[in-house]
Amino acid sequence: MNPLLRVFKIELPSWRRFTWGDAVVLLGLAVLLYLGIRLGLGAPAIIKGPEIDLAPRVLPYYAGLSLGRMMWAYLLSITFSMVFGYLAAQTRTAEKVLIPLLDVLQSVPILSFLPVALLSLSAILPTAWAVELSSIFLIVTCQAWNIAFAWYQSLTTIPRNLKQASTIFHFNPWLRFKVLELPFAAIGLIWNSMASWGNGWFFLMAAEIFSVGDRNFRLPGLGAYLQEAANRGNLESIAWGLGALILIIVTLDQLVWRPLLAWSERFTMSLVESDNPPTSWFYNALRNSRLLNALLLVLRPPLAKLDEWLTQRLPISGIKFQARGRYSWVWYLVATAAALALFYGSILAGGMLWNLRLEQWGGIALGVLTTLLRVMAALLITLGWTIPAGVAIGSNPRLAAWLQPVVQIAASVPATALFPVLLLLVIGLPGGLNLAAILLMLLGTQWYLLFNIIAGASAIPRELRYTADLLKLSRWERWRSLFLPAIFPYAITGAIAASGGAWNASVVAEYAQFGGQTYQTLGVGSLIAQATGAGDFPLLLAATLSLILAVVTINRFFWQRLYRLSEERYRLE
Amino acid sequence: MSEKLLELKGISQIYTSGDSKFTAIREVDLTLQEGEFAAVMGPTGCGKSTLLRIITGLQAPTAGQVLYRDHPLTGVNPHATIVFQTFALFPWLTVQENVEVALKARGVPPKLRTTRALDLLDRVGLDGFETAYPRELSGGMLQKVGFARAMAVEPELLCLDEPFSALDVLSAESLRGELLELWTGGKIPTRAILLATHHIEEAVFMADRIVVMDKDPGRVIMNLKVDLPLPRNRKDPRFLNLVDRVYMVLAGHTQPEHVELGTAPGEPGRTRALPHINIDDLSGLLEHLDNMPNNRADIYALAQELQVNSDELLRLIEAAELLGFANVAYGDITLNPLGETFAEASIRSRKEIFATRIRRLPLFKWLLGLLRASDKKQMEWDVVQKALELEFHEEEAERQLDTAIDWGRYAELLAYDDSTQILFLEPGAA
Repeated sequence: MNPLLRVFKIELPSWRRFTWGDAVVLLGLAVLLYLGIRLGLGAPAIIKGPEIDLAPRVLPYYAGLSLGRMMWAYLLSITFSMVFGYLAAQTRTAEKVLIPLLDVLQSVPILSFLPVALLSLSAILPTAWAVELSSIFLIVTCQAWNIAFAWYQSLTTIPRNLKQASTIFHFNPWLRFKVLELPFAAIGLIWNSMASWGNGWFFLMAAEIFSVGDRNFRLPGLGAYLQEAANRGNLESIAWGLGALILIIVTLDQLVWRPLLAWSERFTMSLVESDNPPTSWFYNALRNSRLLNALLLVLRPPLAKLDEWLTQRLPISGIKFQARGRYSWVWYLVATAAALALFYGSILAGGMLWNLRLEQWGGIALGVLTTLLRVMAALLITLGWTIPAGVAIGSNPRLAAWLQPVVQIAASVPATALFPVLLLLVIGLPGGLNLAAILLMLLGTQWYLLFNIIAGASAIPRELRYTADLLKLSRWERWRSLFLPAIFPYAITGAIAASGGAWNASVVAEYAQFGGQTYQTLGVGSLIAQATGAGDFPLLLAATLSLILAVVTINRFFWQRLYRLSEERYRLE
Repeated sequence: MSEKLLELKGISQIYTSGDSKFTAIREVDLTLQEGEFAAVMGPTGCGKSTLLRIITGLQAPTAGQVLYRDHPLTGVNPHATIVFQTFALFPWLTVQENVEVALKARGVPPKLRTTRALDLLDRVGLDGFETAYPRELSGGMLQKVGFARAMAVEPELLCLDEPFSALDVLSAESLRGELLELWTGGKIPTRAILLATHHIEEAVFMADRIVVMDKDPGRVIMNLKVDLPLPRNRKDPRFLNLVDRVYMVLAGHTQPEHVELGTAPGEPGRTRALPHINIDDLSGLLEHLDNMPNNRADIYALAQELQVNSDELLRLIEAAELLGFANVAYGDITLNPLGETFAEASIRSRKEIFATRIRRLPLFKWLLGLLRASDKKQMEWDVVQKALELEFHEEEAERQLDTAIDWGRYAELLAYDDSTQILFLEPGAA
């Protein structure tokens, strides 16, 4: 099996038709955004953040701060995902609301969370705290959703016989978690964590420096450094910052993710040994390290004690037959209260939206349409180069082995950090920012497609290739009857992820500040960025809701159908 | 002398979907004495696995009561355990850890866990494999780990859910022998064993008593005592006689045609489910019978000659009966003249004969009628399946339609386009 096979292969939600759950979710989100904005009106009127130093010597310090933020955000994301996954997997009613919620949250652009988080926090906390916390919160909003989905997905797909075995042997919740649920989910969680960190780096700049009206918030950190360098048009500093960022990403990959992947190989469900398991030089070194083994020797007894304690103390789950299909009155009370609050909130949010003029709505519609065209253009260009390149790499193991590290490092560089350089190159060309926006979407999302197509091409059975050779199929025939159908499901999976990523990237792609100037182009992402910058909350609410609605609708009515078709007709398994 | 360990009183399992109800198990009564090795034997789909899950408390029955030592069961039975067909070992734990984790869940302290796990693995002959991971072991060895883990918790009642079905013939045979040795040697604290199997010979080979179940709906049709001394010889005439008796009951007698065919979906009366078989296998069976003296064979002997398991053989026989190619009586199957013609015909004529035969089945009459009456003589899969769900539960309806399309394609009456999921009437069938 090709080692690339699983890179960026994020599990997709099992889409269904629109249900009442979706309606509740959309309304609830509108209310939440509205409430955040309302709270934010009470925040201090003028805020100035600390100055960002551009001297290269501050980089280690800044990098440390950013890494710390990412780590806290990741811990929060994991905690959120665990709770969320358990809730969704255990109660049917919760599942009906929570899974569409995840679907919608995935498509909320990061900047729309900004006022909600920042302003409401700064209204109740000292500014420094509020800014730090909201930065972490913003990073969580681009890390948490896919991890939560992966955890939920694996909780619901645990093989039935293993579940029954843990029931019949009287596992308590702790033992069930440790022996069954966590190991079963481990590999998916690790891959999704890698994707989440990538996403976090991508939006780091947006999460460390932002302005809402006259309120300027900034945090010392790598993202702010890059953004400030871009603002001042200081190319040397951009290069320094970029270098530091790439160094961190590659180091993390080599010292954390690769060893984790190599270690997690033991959690595969397959009953045969893999030909080509992921390897890591650092993992091998760790395994033979005396120091680490000595440390483990010290750590093990207390951990074992804790494990024993948890195993004995927690009550055994799932032992008694459950009473069927009755909710208690408490549940009804809570549900009624929630419904009332939702109703009241929607009226208030509706009131805010009512204030928008008709031409503003027109502008939003036009913006959504333009962004849609841009996303499509980015996807088509990406498909144009990734299909031939992916098939070439996937069909040739030697080429794949050689290109793999190169491609992976290239993919891990967050495109947003490159954006200022990109902007500098194309801003003079006709279509300037428009072109740059498409390029940024493309840079950020093409890897999903490339990796999936490589995986698809390398999964083509050798017999089929031989048959094509024996039949002396022409190049065109070979593509039409073998390669294209074989990579179709993979290309669709990649395209769905890429399209979601491109929509999200629109808020940073369509509106940019560089060299003291602001560049903006027509689009819903630009509208959201402008509205945030100007503190125009009704517009922000309306644009965000329109964007979410557009993305969810396109997912359900376009991608879902293609995905089904690809799964039913073109799966080679 | 022995005490009653387990008693089932009127156990029923009914699944509801929408307006329709499907009975998976109907009013099963069963008692198990201490010291008894009983087998629940029946074709696939008779609900024996469900029954085992109800007995161990993994699942609550819709109606009826499970009494364990005269106390009603209200949850997972702490004195029972299951050995699973697919082993259900945790792939990320070593052989030893897989056994130890069962002890750990019972609160056995660490040191004792290790000694007991090692002792058990030694007893099932896995000495030396303690640190291996499941993926390094063969099926037979995996099931030995399954047995060791089940015995680790010293269950009074050991339930075996088709434990030998996923193994190759030789491993299955040796494991059966080893289990019997442990059981009869009194080396394990188990007080009773309940084995679910679809394999007739296996049940007769191992059990003291066989509870024979049949499907549609799942129910007990016979209780058979096996009085042969252990170890049993499969060539022993008394052994063969018992096997023959079980086949006789399960294969039944060919009924008058209107009873055999049943009614169409949606009409009163029971719709006869199409046995899920491969038509080439059916042709093979008929050709084999055609070569037998008097076109007749003992069903139990057929299983050995054709190297098929009893479950599959019974389904093939059911199909031959349903299509009117053979008659079954007293555990014998006889090819009738029509079946003889089919067996000796060319491929083309076989298809014609097959077509005329399936046109008589009410389910096919109904399906062809639906298609004829519909626009452009075509229908969507989902529509037909929904209609079939009036008679069968969802999974079975899907299987029925699958089988119907397979047979219809062979007979060149139906065509089906998988990409659009549409069924067509072939021009010849209009």
